[in-house]
Amino acid sequence: MPAVAPGAIDCDLHPAVPNVKALLPYFDDHWRDMIVQRGVHELDSISYPNNAPMTARPDWKPETGKAGVDLDRLRVEALDGFQTSLAICNCLYGVQLLYTEDMAYAYARAVNDWMAAEWLDKEPRLRASIVIPPQNPVYAAAEIDRLAGDRRFVQVLMLVMDEMPLGRRRYWPIYKAAERHGLPIGIHAGSAYRHPVTPVGWPSYHAEDSAAQAQAFQTTLSSLMTEGVFAEFPELKVVLLESGFAWLPSHMWRLGKFWRGLRMEIPWVDRHPMEIAKDHVRLTINPRDVPPSADAVERLMKHFESDEMLLFSTDYPHWQFDGDDALPEGLSPALAQKICQDNPLATYPRLKETV
Amino acid sequence: MNVKTETRTSADVNQSAKLAIADCDIHPSPKSVEKEIYPYLEKRWQKHNETYGLLLRQPYQNGPAYPKGQPDASRRDAYPPEGGRPGSDVKFMGEHHLDVHNVQLGVLNPLKSGQGLQNVDFAAAYCRAVNDWQISHWTSQDARLKGSVCLPYEDAALSVAEIERRAGDPNYVQAFMLIRTSEPMGQRRYWPIYDACAAANLPLAVHAFGFGGSPSTSSGWPSYYIEDMVGHAQSAQAMVMSLVMEGVFERTPGLKIVVVEAGFAWLPPLAWRLDRIWEKNRDELPHVKRPPSEYIRDHIWLTTQPFEEPDRRSHLKDTMEWIGWDKLLFATDYPHWDFDDPARLPLPKVNDATRENFFLGNALDLYGLR
Repeated sequence: MPAVAPGAIDCDLHPAVPNVKALLPYFDDHWRDMIVQRGVHELDSISYPNNAPMTARPDWKPETGKAGVDLDRLRVEALDGFQTSLAICNCLYGVQLLYTEDMAYAYARAVNDWMAAEWLDKEPRLRASIVIPPQNPVYAAAEIDRLAGDRRFVQVLMLVMDEMPLGRRRYWPIYKAAERHGLPIGIHAGSAYRHPVTPVGWPSYHAEDSAAQAQAFQTTLSSLMTEGVFAEFPELKVVLLESGFAWLPSHMWRLGKFWRGLRMEIPWVDRHPMEIAKDHVRLTINPRDVPPSADAVERLMKHFESDEMLLFSTDYPHWQFDGDDALPEGLSPALAQKICQDNPLATYPRLKETV
Repeated sequence: MNVKTETRTSADVNQSAKLAIADCDIHPSPKSVEKEIYPYLEKRWQKHNETYGLLLRQPYQNGPAYPKGQPDASRRDAYPPEGGRPGSDVKFMGEHHLDVHNVQLGVLNPLKSGQGLQNVDFAAAYCRAVNDWQISHWTSQDARLKGSVCLPYEDAALSVAEIERRAGDPNYVQAFMLIRTSEPMGQRRYWPIYDACAAANLPLAVHAFGFGGSPSTSSGWPSYYIEDMVGHAQSAQAMVMSLVMEGVFERTPGLKIVVVEAGFAWLPPLAWRLDRIWEKNRDELPHVKRPPSEYIRDHIWLTTQPFEEPDRRSHLKDTMEWIGWDKLLFATDYPHWDFDDPARLPLPKVNDATRENFFLGNALDLYGLR
């Protein structure tokens, strides 16, 4: 396997909120009182059952409690372990899943302030994504504006399955705010569970929920492109997190084929979707749904027609690989270098300020 | 697309293809439901149709929720000169399509067949009538054409009855469903259908579209027809995933699934993803004994229309090798607007045997027609 050279930038790792108690200092009096008074349970999404195999790599899993709650372990296992220079924290506490938008807004603010105080202040290698309440795009934009001055927040975080496909214009205030501050939109695996996780209803197994994320990323990209998000926000970049990436070329072929036949329906899409993807879409490297042979991986990489789209990630503490096998076989050293360092720096302008 | 149409007749049969071909996705329509379908539909259901019509899990009585890109989603040159909808005249279809493209085997996949109706009894009666009509108006009129047994698939018992009624009848080469089912296809309510298909030695074709009622994306309904069309690929992936992860192929090893009109290039990445997830979640899936990619390799066939068109054919060649050339079936989707012309297909360079199998042999093998 190609080793990860020192200085890589880890674009997806997951510090976890240990419990709601840890967040209480970051709520205002009203919400602190509401949470205690109502006995609000933990907002742990069913996307990551706490003891399911992929939620925590066996050697990164504590004896009790959640993985990813301990800064010291994260330093040793993720940062020192891969000799990363910088790492972007994507907190997956289930804020986006709430039905009450005011509550989601309060939780988003608390999670972000907790992230700044408990992680970013304590470890200079860490950066973070701004958690927003997509339930209300106006609140979401306000939260982006509130935090954008803190240059350690380098991205806006959304989940791939929300109330509506993410290209819908309802969400555009979020993209406008992100573009204004030079922040990419990070779209992470996961669902608000407003709809079944497949277009044909609810599956039976957790494994299917995991596998279905790839189809959700595909329809989300279709939506972002067909609705004209990248025509309206030409500076905007979208980073697909924990998405897999092998599906991207074939999905663009299919969208491109229909674009040729139906472009009169979406006249603002003035070039092939693959060209749009090369300019606006980035994908993280883990999990990697790649063929078993290095030769096939090498061929798959050519299907991207670009060496700028993939970004290094460990997905710590999720279990996607063992040992330090963080990159698939079949990457050339030059491509590995692009994935680990050059591409993240090009994608996240704020990272350059500190490297 | 209809920017420019051209008229070709059997006199200038396409010489570049030369081969006889199989077209695994042709859509026949009745000229008149009253004249062609009613003779096979009980009086009760004729009256029901007059009173309530064909009520699907979709908003409109008269057409799809996403207006098509073309009238009747059809090629403008496919309207029969004698009148009627595109694909409604067996003679004209013979001259306009089968002769011109040297189609030796044409597989009929009727779309307004009663499948997906809210009322499953009506769905069963209508499917049965459409299945009779395929013989009287099509397969008995042109020996190149073969029918598909349309199933009222939301009710397994009624579907099994229809499969058993048609088993062994050489007019049909497969059973037929639509991809957007109301629950994932691997779930137990559908299992009797798979057993019956395997017992009758009928491959089960699963075609794009359908009326399951769930939004066509897991983030809700999209805005555009293009998303609806591209999205069949994601629905097909969900279908294959469910069949594999529920252990259907372990349980019914004789089941052969043909994915129709939903693309094909998505299959290898799906198989790689399922393998990785299966490996890590074995304890949740004790009924899935082998890596998902192995079941997929053994049990899934795909028709190629609408044919994926990357800039470089070598990329498509990689993909087709990863799927397996023996699992790909050529189809045109006649008379629809996104028809793939066999003479202009950007097929990667392959040897003659592979090419012949792609256009014909694979279908003859699958349907037992060699």
